[in-house]
Amino acid sequence: MSLRQFCAATATAAALALAAASPAHAVTEIQWWHAMTGANNDVIVKLANDFNASQTDYKVVPTYKGNYPDTMNAGIAAFRAGNAPHIMQVFEVGTATMMAATGAVKPVYKLMQEAGEKFDPKSYLPAITGYYSTSKGEMLSFPFNSSSTVMWINLDALKKADIAEIPKTWPEVFDDAKKLKAAGYSTCGFSGSWVTWVNLEQLSAWHNVPLASKANGLDGFDTVLEFNGPLQVRHLEKLVELQKDKTYDYAGRTNTGEGRFTSGECPIYLTSSSFFGNVKAQAKFNFTAAPMPYYPDVKGAPQNSIIGGASLWVMGGKTPEEYKGVAKFLTFLSDTDRQVYIHKASGYLPITKAAYEKAKAEGFYKDQPYLETPLLELTNKEPTENSRGLRLGNMVQLRDVWSEEIEQALAGKKTAKQALDAAVERGNQMLRQFEKTAVK
Amino acid sequence: MQKNAIFQSKLLPFALVAPQLAIVLIFFYWPAAQAVVQSFLLQDAFGLSTSFVWFENYLDLLQDAEYFATIGRTFFFSFAIALSSLSLALLLAVMADKPLRGGTLYRTLLIWPYAVAPPVVGVLWIFMLHPSLGVLARYLRAMGVDWNPLLDGNQAALLIILAAAWKQISYNFLFFLAGLQSIPKSVIEAAAIDGARPMRRFWTVIFPLLSPTIFFLIVVNIVYAFFDTFGIIDTMTRGGPGTSTVTLVYKVYTEGLIGGNLGSSAAQSVILMVIVIVLTAIQFRFVERKVTY
Repeated sequence: MSLRQFCAATATAAALALAAASPAHAVTEIQWWHAMTGANNDVIVKLANDFNASQTDYKVVPTYKGNYPDTMNAGIAAFRAGNAPHIMQVFEVGTATMMAATGAVKPVYKLMQEAGEKFDPKSYLPAITGYYSTSKGEMLSFPFNSSSTVMWINLDALKKADIAEIPKTWPEVFDDAKKLKAAGYSTCGFSGSWVTWVNLEQLSAWHNVPLASKANGLDGFDTVLEFNGPLQVRHLEKLVELQKDKTYDYAGRTNTGEGRFTSGECPIYLTSSSFFGNVKAQAKFNFTAAPMPYYPDVKGAPQNSIIGGASLWVMGGKTPEEYKGVAKFLTFLSDTDRQVYIHKASGYLPITKAAYEKAKAEGFYKDQPYLETPLLELTNKEPTENSRGLRLGNMVQLRDVWSEEIEQALAGKKTAKQALDAAVERGNQMLRQFEKTAVK
Repeated sequence: MQKNAIFQSKLLPFALVAPQLAIVLIFFYWPAAQAVVQSFLLQDAFGLSTSFVWFENYLDLLQDAEYFATIGRTFFFSFAIALSSLSLALLLAVMADKPLRGGTLYRTLLIWPYAVAPPVVGVLWIFMLHPSLGVLARYLRAMGVDWNPLLDGNQAALLIILAAAWKQISYNFLFFLAGLQSIPKSVIEAAAIDGARPMRRFWTVIFPLLSPTIFFLIVVNIVYAFFDTFGIIDTMTRGGPGTSTVTLVYKVYTEGLIGGNLGSSAAQSVILMVIVIVLTAIQFRFVERKVTY
């Protein structure tokens, strides 16, 4: 409790400080809270500066608020204290929580309509906007930085183990990992970050299998988890088996294990495409990013992947004048050249079709074909009910619970089936709890 | 002795206590009262819909087997941390109490870890024992130990206990040393003249005379293990693998801040508060009787 109040107090203090610093002339300020660091923070600052220089009525003020969960909690605390920012960057798993908060947020499609801004939802890539839209296709939040899961490959290691081709299917990955292990990569044939994102969420979408009912929660909060099916159980069983001799070696719940790829320890590593910046800076070997592997006997696989990353939510309770500024800023961000710039500078995916086409036409993917891999995955097929996205309440905590159960299986304390059954059951309890508090 | 004669005015003592009282009321009682209120509510993260549910949050917890497992785990952790840090600190303090060359340096070095914040302690130990980054972890693996606290719950628990106890040793050491130095030399010398060997002198003379310090430290260490290990757990294991390092205070955090379920989080804080109050009361009531001041 005291931590929450501390957050609220900090938010208030920050808001007061910002209010005191605002200039006297009638410029409408737009607060933008975000979670970007390093090079991506520079991109945010540049975008705000460019927007501010392009007109004189509005001023976008970006503020770094810590990592994704911190930023979201700061925004929630600020909302409770009555001084939420105008724009808040929320990671994809916070989507259901934000969406359930009717009144706390202003849906983007409504905002654009009311402000009279030109806005065509069809110009955006459906694989990306689908995640942030209602089942009717109304865009709720504005996708900002998107990525997807790819398989990072150490090409030098493959050569060393006499593997001629990059593996395409899971059985090939398992075989190659064994060869790599024999060739000296004895502590880790392959691994990955974000264990639930890669091995449950993406796996299900990529094979067109439901993770949860009601189109993975997109069609309602009364969704029920369904990922204890044969595909997921079989995949986890395989991981458990390979964990025993370290052909697969678990690398943690989040992305802290990513150094194992760049250091050369794990030659095959599944994680976000946004890992690119670190790989480029640190890897002392030839590398590439291949599409996620699939099980060839599953009909229709591979389907399409789903996104990770974050979107911009517009908070509720602001004046029409402020909303007008926010709408103008979102239009500014959608500009094709600007999208191409964001794509190139940050490694995140472009969100409009025009920007993707333009980057392609410029030959951006010729030298670095692996930067196109996530886009090819996302657009591989027309998204289905099982691959449009996920919308599960309490998702951050759900992932923790699922990770807990997967860890139990990998440690040999439960069978794969038992672990996934328990993950589904515990998850469903949390979903029902969320459903109770969600605003109707 | 007339202590109350010092103050002429009746109001002055109250005025002098007022700032301290204000701090306690604002920063302790007010949030605690809010936690109690919140624990009866069912509310979404944004505070948009609130309903009064009486004891539903508590009942949900009491029907959850995992919650009881967490209580048991927390007691195990605090017992292990208090026992290991107290016994090691006592050993070190007895050693440091002897006239040594460079004794001051030795003592100063032993006190240093206390200045390190818990999350930093977590990061330091992770650097040594992380299965892929850690220096010590490599030696362990080279020696054939299958060291992997990312998957092995017992190893993760050991890691937390080690780091938490390590940090607390300095604090305990400081108090033990002060306690040892305040024991009159004449008593120990008298025992020596009576023919008591060092071990016997320690258990029959020094240890009983040290009992107020030990008692005080037990209370402090248990409260420390209950609350201050949060930073260590959060940086080292985040409660994993499985739930093998989730303690009560960590669960309060994940439920409230990660899960946005403030009602349950508040109910857990209240239960935690009650447990610590009861524990401390028991210690004062029963253990204190055996203490000779």
